[in-house]
Amino acid sequence: MARREDPAASVAGVVLEWPGRPPLGPLDLTVEPGEIVAVVGASGAGKSTLLRLLAGLEPAPAQGAVTRQSGATTGFVFQAPTLMPWADALTNVALPLELAGRPRPEARRRAAEALSAVGLGDRLAARPRQLSGGMAMRVSLARALVTDPDLLLLDEPFAALDSVTRRRLIEDLHRLWAARSPRPAIVFVTHDVEEAVYLAGRAVVLDSATGRTVAALACPGPLPRPDGWRAEPDYRVVVEALAAALAAAMPATITAPMTASGAAR
Amino acid sequence: MTRLAPPLLLTALLLAAWEIACRVLAVPPWFLPPPSAVVIALVDRAPILAASAAATFWMALQALMAAALLGGGLALAVSMNRSAERAVRPLAVALQVTPVVAIAPLVLIWTGLDHADRAVVALAAAVAFFPLFSGVLTGLKSADPDLERLFDLYGASPVQRLVRLRLPAALPFMLEGLRVASGLAVIGAVVAEFVSGSGATQGLAWRLLESGNRLRTADMLAALVCLMVMGLALNTVVGALERRARTSAR
Repeated sequence: MARREDPAASVAGVVLEWPGRPPLGPLDLTVEPGEIVAVVGASGAGKSTLLRLLAGLEPAPAQGAVTRQSGATTGFVFQAPTLMPWADALTNVALPLELAGRPRPEARRRAAEALSAVGLGDRLAARPRQLSGGMAMRVSLARALVTDPDLLLLDEPFAALDSVTRRRLIEDLHRLWAARSPRPAIVFVTHDVEEAVYLAGRAVVLDSATGRTVAALACPGPLPRPDGWRAEPDYRVVVEALAAALAAAMPATITAPMTASGAAR
Repeated sequence: MTRLAPPLLLTALLLAAWEIACRVLAVPPWFLPPPSAVVIALVDRAPILAASAAATFWMALQALMAAALLGGGLALAVSMNRSAERAVRPLAVALQVTPVVAIAPLVLIWTGLDHADRAVVALAAAVAFFPLFSGVLTGLKSADPDLERLFDLYGASPVQRLVRLRLPAALPFMLEGLRVASGLAVIGAVVAEFVSGSGATQGLAWRLLESGNRLRTADMLAALVCLMVMGLALNTVVGALERRARTSAR
């Protein structure tokens, strides 16, 4: 980025307190326009909370500040596809535009375009139950992109998918990101270090107990990634470094194995 | 057809055993008439039973509609506000756990002793109220919390949230509530009629009381059969509606 701009969104010094639990924070994250940031951390490290703060879905914190560009639009992809089961793919994707008061024909036309962009142009009338996990996640991605958001937030979106589907969706995400002008800023929460380093230009590690940022690593190389990038030494080195940083941020004794589904929500 | 065969076969066997036992043991008909006598009573008294069944059905239906309007409406209002729900729910539960028989004499006084049919409708509605209120309220709050967050994110208005998210999510719960409530409305109507039973109402419960007083046991059983068929029919209709809604909502 040659031009200096305001950050797309930032969370600074936010401390959250709940009765009967240790406080979370201070949470800090600044996202520049058009950049892809991966957030890694153990379950319960406040990753989802951080995303919801960035989205403006949490009440204003008593301590610290959340800033977003004025007039910026946000897209959100949850861990599960989170589609309305009674509505078809087109209606699900058109929802954000219709809620914003766009005329129905325009909303449906743009929804159809967004579904085509994720490779589901022929499944507009499909109900969520008729779609595979990967397809449902693509619908969810199309819904998040249909408003042309400046900020795209993804909360472990591909964790429940098999590795082949997951890799395909990451390529899709890169392609969709690169095709937009200006490119949206992306914050991607994951507990998979390889996914983080492949997907993002920068990865931050949250402490498992406090959610504090304990490490930030630049993930080198061009985005989207060229073919065979996963075998590149530049990539492998950062994966190892991130894995070490994540291990250091874990609780001293791990009593139970980590599971794919986050108990953080 | 194969699904219907086992229950039909069992019913036929039980009826045959009953018929044979009555004849072999020479049971007096005022104590237990054989099924054939019940069938004859059903045929003989068909017009009066049909009229009584229609009366009971109509009272139960009115009660169901009143309960759906009140229960659904109250649930809708209460779902908008958490403290309203906390205030109303214990009262709704209190209404549910109070036996309908116990409040029947009171309601009879309030509706006027000459209007026993109104009391029956009111009591049946009171019994049918809770499953509808509870079903609609549970359904309205059953939407995926992440979908609720999505509606927050896109700044949905309360009306948009209700129409696009909460009502569709609530539909299967509403129909489940309606199914339970329809059975309860018939039970409530019969119980209320028993309590108020003075001939002021002409429903199936009155036919039961009347025949019982005269020891016309076969007529009693005939009325009972009518009640059973009515309950089954109502349950089947609402159950079919519910299944349809579920498949389209899944």
